[in-house]
Amino acid sequence: MTEPKIQIKHLYKIFGKTPEKVLPLVRDEGMGKDELLEKTNHVLGVNDVSLDIWPKQIQVVMGLSGSGKSTLIRHINRLIEPTGGEVIIDGEDVLAMNQTQLRELRRNKMSMVFQKFALLPHRTIRENVGYGLEIQGVGEDEIARRAQHWIDRVGLTGYEDHYPGHLSGGMQQRVGLARGLATDADILLMDEAFSALDPLIRFDMQSILLELQNELHKTIVFITHDLDEALRLGDNIAILRDGAMVQQGDAQDIVLHPADDYIRDFIKDINRAKVIQLRALAKPLEPGETPPEVPHFPANTRLEDALLPMSQAPGQEVLVDGTDGALLGRASLSDAIRALHE
Amino acid sequence: MWESLTEFPDLGRSTLSTMKKAIDAGFKGFSRTYGEALENFFNPLLHFLVWFEKLLINTPWPIILLVIGALAWLGSRSWKVTGLSVLAFVVIGVFGMWEDTMATLAIISVATFLCILIGIPIGILMARSDRAQTMITPVLDVMQTIPSFVYLIPVVMLLGIGKVPGLIAVLIYAIPPIVRLTNLGIRLVDPDVLEAADAFGASPRQKLLGVQIPLALPNIFAGVNQTIMMSLSMVVIASMIGVRGLGVPVLRAVQNQYLALGMMNGLAIVALAIIFDRISQSYGKRLQAYRGQGRD
Repeated sequence: MTEPKIQIKHLYKIFGKTPEKVLPLVRDEGMGKDELLEKTNHVLGVNDVSLDIWPKQIQVVMGLSGSGKSTLIRHINRLIEPTGGEVIIDGEDVLAMNQTQLRELRRNKMSMVFQKFALLPHRTIRENVGYGLEIQGVGEDEIARRAQHWIDRVGLTGYEDHYPGHLSGGMQQRVGLARGLATDADILLMDEAFSALDPLIRFDMQSILLELQNELHKTIVFITHDLDEALRLGDNIAILRDGAMVQQGDAQDIVLHPADDYIRDFIKDINRAKVIQLRALAKPLEPGETPPEVPHFPANTRLEDALLPMSQAPGQEVLVDGTDGALLGRASLSDAIRALHE
Repeated sequence: MWESLTEFPDLGRSTLSTMKKAIDAGFKGFSRTYGEALENFFNPLLHFLVWFEKLLINTPWPIILLVIGALAWLGSRSWKVTGLSVLAFVVIGVFGMWEDTMATLAIISVATFLCILIGIPIGILMARSDRAQTMITPVLDVMQTIPSFVYLIPVVMLLGIGKVPGLIAVLIYAIPPIVRLTNLGIRLVDPDVLEAADAFGASPRQKLLGVQIPLALPNIFAGVNQTIMMSLSMVVIASMIGVRGLGVPVLRAVQNQYLALGMMNGLAIVALAIIFDRISQSYGKRLQAYRGQGRD
């Protein structure tokens, strides 16, 4: 069993004059966000969030604005100091680090991509992409070489000597992504990285990210308020509301078993056929039963791709194979239709 | 009864006069004790100032014109500004004000250099600490608003008449804008960009030199421009305590009602001001060439 790359344990963040004093009200008496604001004039940013983030996965943290998701991600590199709780990265307690250790952590182990790009306007694209390396103290030639590599990878070849102000939003965020990747850090923090882009460009950027992730296998924490984006990118999804964790699981879990009405409301408009996989429908065969003569499909086939073949299969059912090749069970068209309309 | 309301109950003439006398005596004592030490302290500055003035006056005028033209071109990259700058100096020379202009140029250059040297670090300090800002801001306010003649008194008492006290008077008046604009420029740097620098593990030094100062540079440069303008405006007052230059004939014109002399030298000061302003402003604009051309 692998260890989680990042562990967040019972994290609290309260904004205000004396956060430590009001922390017990929230932690021990369970005071909510609105009540806390009214009674003590403190804002509850993060409320008892625990989250294990596994290596080489994209962990999406989703929530509407004000749900504390951007506050949460800033605790991972301690751009924000928590009021209570723990953050552990590769077994090391981030909150126990002094300034020097913290800088080393930020330089070598993680990088960040921002919603508003936050590029350095006075530096060229090449210099922006090489920024993290320059901070690390890498030599000039090495910076130029590695920056060029990432500029090429995000498709900005030819723009090396332009300034960020000359580029469109989508291109600027490619620079942001290249800057984040150039340091070769294990962890990539993406704070609503694609939210400021228009839908088509956002879709492009998601594709670039997925493509890169396929070969880089980084641990990515991705913040978004967009459910479609969360479902498309996330290996795991955590949903926050008012600073508290409402539900975590993979996309299918959340769509098939929403924890409460808040999430049910969230998912009501999505295309379920794109999320639900045959795995969720598979019913094991009776012991001793011979499998019927029908087509086999892998368990991770999405319903949108499976519906047509299922309708054409004899008896309108198919067999589902697990990732290890073992037979998981059978799935019928009527089950599929029910799953889509729950 | 009525009299006690119209007359403010002040400390009384004799008390006030004793008090003032005591302060004056105290300062005179201070001046006697430390005046010479202070003068020695400022001696290198005086030598430099004299050397620089002589250099400007003794350099053949075509070379000066060439240097002016080159500086104007390097600063503004505009033939118009370069041409007009050289032309203005030619006119000044033709009207017999060359030597005074060189003397003024010398003190302005040294004053501006010192203002940058002292002012930018103070501005950085103010930007980094709110406490420093609350302490320094009122001092700057006083420096900018107190009538120059008031601080000329102690300066002259301490250092006598001459170039150095004149330079100090110019500095007191001209340093606030560069301090303020350095502070403002650094504080106006986009917090998102600073957060990004933090997220990549930049040290405070890396943030200051790599992000804050470069991004504050247009504002810092506006401060340099203001400093130059304000030191030029002090030229006449400085001439009252023995600084050579265009202020001296203006002062003479005021005392003797010489209209033409006053106008000519006054206009020469204006010409210098406009030249410096245009050159430094267009240089400042070039510093932020990366802005504004964006397609949004």
